[in-house]
Amino acid sequence: MAHTEKDHIKVSAQLESEIDGLISHYPQKRSASLMILHRLQEEFGYLSQPAIEWTAMKLELQPINIYELVTFYPMFREHPVGKTVVRVCRTLSCALGGSHQLHSHLCRKLGLNPADKGPQNTPDGKFTIEFAECLASCGTPPVVMCNDDFYDNVSTDQADKLIKKYNQP
Amino acid sequence: MAEEYRLILKNADQPGYTVDIDCYQKHGGYQTLKKVMAMAAIEKDGKVISPQEQIREEVKVSGLRGRGGAGFSCGLKWSFVDRRSGKPIYLVCNADESEPGTFKDRQIIHKDPHQLIEGMIISAYANDVHLAYIYIRGEFPQGAQMLVRAIEEARQKNFLGKGICGTSYDLEIYVHRGAGAYICGEETGLLESLEGKRPYPRIKPPYFPAVLGLYMSPTIVNNVETLCHVKHVMEMGAGEYAKLGTPNNTGTRIVCISGHVRKPGYYEIQVGHATIGQLIHDFAGGLLPGRKLKAIIPGGSSAKVFKAGEKFKIKQKDKDGHEVEKEMDILDIPYDFDTLMAAGSMSGSGAIIVMDDTTDIVEALGNLSDFYAHESCGQCTPCREGSLWMSKALTRLNNGGGRKQDADYLLKIADNIPGGRTICAFGEACSWPVQSFVRKFKDEFEAKGAAAEIKSGQTATMNQ
Ligand SMILES: Cc1cc2nc3c(=O)[nH]c(=O)nc-3n(C[C@H](O)[C@H](O)[C@H](O)COP(=O)(O)O)c2cc1C
Ligand code: SF4
Ligand code: FES
Repeated sequence: MAHTEKDHIKVSAQLESEIDGLISHYPQKRSASLMILHRLQEEFGYLSQPAIEWTAMKLELQPINIYELVTFYPMFREHPVGKTVVRVCRTLSCALGGSHQLHSHLCRKLGLNPADKGPQNTPDGKFTIEFAECLASCGTPPVVMCNDDFYDNVSTDQADKLIKKYNQP
Repeated sequence: MAEEYRLILKNADQPGYTVDIDCYQKHGGYQTLKKVMAMAAIEKDGKVISPQEQIREEVKVSGLRGRGGAGFSCGLKWSFVDRRSGKPIYLVCNADESEPGTFKDRQIIHKDPHQLIEGMIISAYANDVHLAYIYIRGEFPQGAQMLVRAIEEARQKNFLGKGICGTSYDLEIYVHRGAGAYICGEETGLLESLEGKRPYPRIKPPYFPAVLGLYMSPTIVNNVETLCHVKHVMEMGAGEYAKLGTPNNTGTRIVCISGHVRKPGYYEIQVGHATIGQLIHDFAGGLLPGRKLKAIIPGGSSAKVFKAGEKFKIKQKDKDGHEVEKEMDILDIPYDFDTLMAAGSMSGSGAIIVMDDTTDIVEALGNLSDFYAHESCGQCTPCREGSLWMSKALTRLNNGGGRKQDADYLLKIADNIPGGRTICAFGEACSWPVQSFVRKFKDEFEAKGAAAEIKSGQTATMNQ
């Protein structure tokens, strides 16, 4: 396999020392893997093969030990996503409170397929929209997360405002 | 009229109450910790009882039961910890809060994080723990930050770190984030996840956390709310604490009410001092105008559903302590651990989901089954395959492609998953909704299937 620019990730000295700090929280290095993956995903947007390999190297593990986490945990991503990831809660209390209608509305607004429950990216790379399971705020449905920001009782009007707010170049 | 009793959420929603340590201390925060750290050994019947043993005894006497799902005695759980192994003992706070319908730990973490930290330090001290973790679900990024900050503040005041409150006791607490998998709420799945692995639950025996937990060392896993209660047990004294609630169901509990009610939300009550009907009508404002009650899930999505109008024969003790059998409507069931269990369901994570007569019950179950199919970890064949089959059958039924026999087909699958056939209780959790929904609303499942059969029969004739 030919190596290209993309086969490497640049972990700055500052990021690496932050990660060393995380590793120091555990008596066994391997425990830090989830926290490191969160940090790398935050930094690079997704977890590329090189990011996985770097994490394995850092924790003295085989890449498969990290890869199997990335493929298991729903929050980790192997592929680039939109600048803003919109997650709409799919589960019962939110469904009773209109979250599926909200998901359809958002999809239509962004030119995506309302019937598709999985992650969908807008062609301009600005948004990814997907369903998520119960986000633990079932008393204030529908519940939505835009990246790390949390919104509840989201009406269609508010959803339109959210799209405007996050629609940045 | 039943009333709220705020112990855990006493300060959380008060105007001006903030999450910083100064505000917490202004409201009496960390006083209990100081009191506990100043406790001395006592002599009783010629035996020396350490402060740690005294705290553990208090927690046992308080009757505190776990608020995470199973309602297991906290004191008893602590008594199982292997204290002779020579290995370190760990404490892990379960802040995964992933049972659909539940949003109580979110309130504590985001509005009063120091209460949890204080409860954890006391619990850790009582169990000779020097390293503890908070396992918080990945979808609480702000909550995680707030806890990290609270820990930092507590360290600056010497409530954490080395030589806590001037004693020789050391403790570190770290925040560990999950990444969106429900099974990380199951305590042994959680421990695997904390070890940096896939969260595959461990088989019990032998992997009881109290003996072989984190890094194969004795480990206590307790829910957020449970650990907060420990602080109040020590503040009030076990005797006073046990006066709250009802016998064997002591203390208070945060009940989350969602679904078709006017005022969904969280309400803290003395355990058993409000009925399900009072919770729905007095607290949550009752049903929406013109609607009728159809079904109630009483303890998070895994709990067996109740059908409106269902009656139960419940054994209760009368005033003289005699056991009497009483017929009760589901709305008259006191919200506690034991009565709900006697009625064939559970108070689980303390989450009530209300469905009114506009609810398509087959679709509601389909929604839950999709959740379980998505969240099964996949280790055990009955759970991995069964949860998927159930969700597929329900999808088919809800998309107009079912058959009348699908109701029995669903029951056949659901009846073959739980009962010791799987590694963890997720097997139960995914089949209980199907068993109860289909048995109690069978006509609706059969009608949907029959309608689809007639329709496809008609299309078949037309095509001939
Ligand atoms: C599938 C499954 C999911 C669970 N999810 C949670 C959860 O999100 N939070 C929690 O505190 N307990 C959860 N539990 C219960 C835990 O396994 C464990 O019993 C609990 O954390 C113990 O704490 P407690 O004794 O203080 O209740 C779950 C159990 C199962 C079987
Ligand atoms: S019962 Fe289901 S969730 Fe639990 S270990 Fe088995 S496959 Fe995994
Ligand atoms: S069901 Fe949507 S937050 Fe719980």
